[in-house]
Amino acid sequence: MITGALATTAAVAIAERRARRPLSSVYAGRSHAILLRGLLALRTSNALAFMTGFVEPVLFLVAFGYGVGGLVGTVEIGGVEVPYAAYIAPALLAASAMNGAIIDTTFNVFFKMHYLGLYRTMMSTSLGPLDVALGEIGWAMIRGAAYAIGFLVVVTAFGLTTTWWALLLVPAAVLVAFAFASLGMTLTSYMTSFQQLNWLNFFLLPMFLFSGTFYPITTYPQWLQWVIEATPLWQAIALMRGLTFGVLDGGLAGHVAYFAVLATVGLYLTARRLDALFLR
Amino acid sequence: MVAVIRAHGLTKAYGDLVAVDGVDFGVEPGESFGVLGPNGAGKSTTMRMLGATLQRTSGDLAILGRDPAHEGPIIRAHLGVVPQQDNLDTELTVAENLYTYGRYFGLPRAHLRERVDGLLAFAQLEEKRDVKVDALSGGMKRRLTIARGLVNEPSLLLLDEPTTGLDPQARHILWDRLFRLKEDGVTLVITTHYMDEAEQLCDRLVVMDGGRIVAEGSPQGLIRAHSTREVVEVRFGSDRNLEVAAHLGGIGRRLEILPDRILVYSDSGEHDLQEIVARGFMPVTSLVRRSSLEDVFLRLTGRSLVDE
Repeated sequence: MITGALATTAAVAIAERRARRPLSSVYAGRSHAILLRGLLALRTSNALAFMTGFVEPVLFLVAFGYGVGGLVGTVEIGGVEVPYAAYIAPALLAASAMNGAIIDTTFNVFFKMHYLGLYRTMMSTSLGPLDVALGEIGWAMIRGAAYAIGFLVVVTAFGLTTTWWALLLVPAAVLVAFAFASLGMTLTSYMTSFQQLNWLNFFLLPMFLFSGTFYPITTYPQWLQWVIEATPLWQAIALMRGLTFGVLDGGLAGHVAYFAVLATVGLYLTARRLDALFLR
Repeated sequence: MVAVIRAHGLTKAYGDLVAVDGVDFGVEPGESFGVLGPNGAGKSTTMRMLGATLQRTSGDLAILGRDPAHEGPIIRAHLGVVPQQDNLDTELTVAENLYTYGRYFGLPRAHLRERVDGLLAFAQLEEKRDVKVDALSGGMKRRLTIARGLVNEPSLLLLDEPTTGLDPQARHILWDRLFRLKEDGVTLVITTHYMDEAEQLCDRLVVMDGGRIVAEGSPQGLIRAHSTREVVEVRFGSDRNLEVAAHLGGIGRRLEILPDRILVYSDSGEHDLQEIVARGFMPVTSLVRRSSLEDVFLRLTGRSLVDE
């Protein structure tokens, strides 16, 4: 009753059907099983840690938007004067999408990879490295997008979104979160100690503070502006601001392309790295 | 009938380090096959190649007639894997561990709900079903890991040192579960550095040392070929063993002098022990026992298997 010797079992039949499809050695089409695992782990273990991510951007909005904002007054954007809180809200939205995706793909992924042995376990089944990469990046995307959407609801309640264009912030947040998750998981898969993860944080904080989050980057010299414009957070902030204030131009397509490339390259590199680590 | 495993010149090298050095062996359906050897002998490396999660450097390997280099996912769908580290998902409950693992194979929900209940009964963990894994004892974790390895109804179960670190009672419970699987016709491949485990569970085994197979056969066959029927263990105190041994020539078939005791390989232990005493050497302690795989290993490699 426990098992049948050499029988073609359900699991084997599934794998054999799949083997006729292209890329079957790296992708079994079951990244949803990894999302399910994330969901169960959230319910059983991680619910509290998950909730904290909703609060952080709201604290920044209150402290900077309304606290510091009281001293700043209004900021001109696209020829319109907007309250300071409205100016930083899309930037905080971008940052919360980033933070959710990055927290999950750095510390959580590192823990799952090196302490839980989770990816080794997953890949001892008929799953492939692309299933695991897509599932884990997808799960981190859900987390980042959830924070961003949660924040969007708060911001809207505060009356800081003024046009229907703001609805486009939802797919934008999904894209940005996916791209950051891809980047985060790629970097984490090459790391061997928690100390190296702390180095990553060392880069994240200045990026958060100086990427046009709280003031325009035109205050910097030209060369520094170019450097900052290359960072994913500046790209995300520019995309979110553009959508929030309905400033839609060719630049927007550029930002979308930037994240599409980042997402694809990161996904590819992560899958390749998982294959090298656990199937070679 | 297709052999479960055929390995020919199977080799795994990491740069200059050759972890598995051209091994040949085969495993037939329903067989219980042991890979015996000390730490670093290449057992786990071999197991990972059999599990299609590590690619060989050279040689041929067929699992159920398929090449793991090209048909990894299908082979892994056939396998149950019980790794040396349990690698259980500590963020999930006991039942969730089984359920998600089944989902990794793509098994349908309804099928799995039934199967999880059956496996919890098999692992004697029904009362722990909604408990998080961290709360389980070492023996329970091992049983859960074995149950997890059975989710996909494997025809081949790979067990890497299944009872290392368990207390005697937990080992016996585990052995009992593995016996049941064997009776059900599951092919088992077991690595171990415990002789008694290999003697209990394996129909046939290979002894590995330094990445090579140094002997192959049934437990009894290996003992017959490389040891005597009985062994006399005598202790004269660590400073006197060597001195006494010099006077024991002609007793038994062979002597093995270890730091803490002398082993006399013998056809009749009682007779040879009397002979030692008759020569005027009164051991501090003495023991006559049947030969075991430990003796085979000592003979083949000149080293003890477990240095604990």
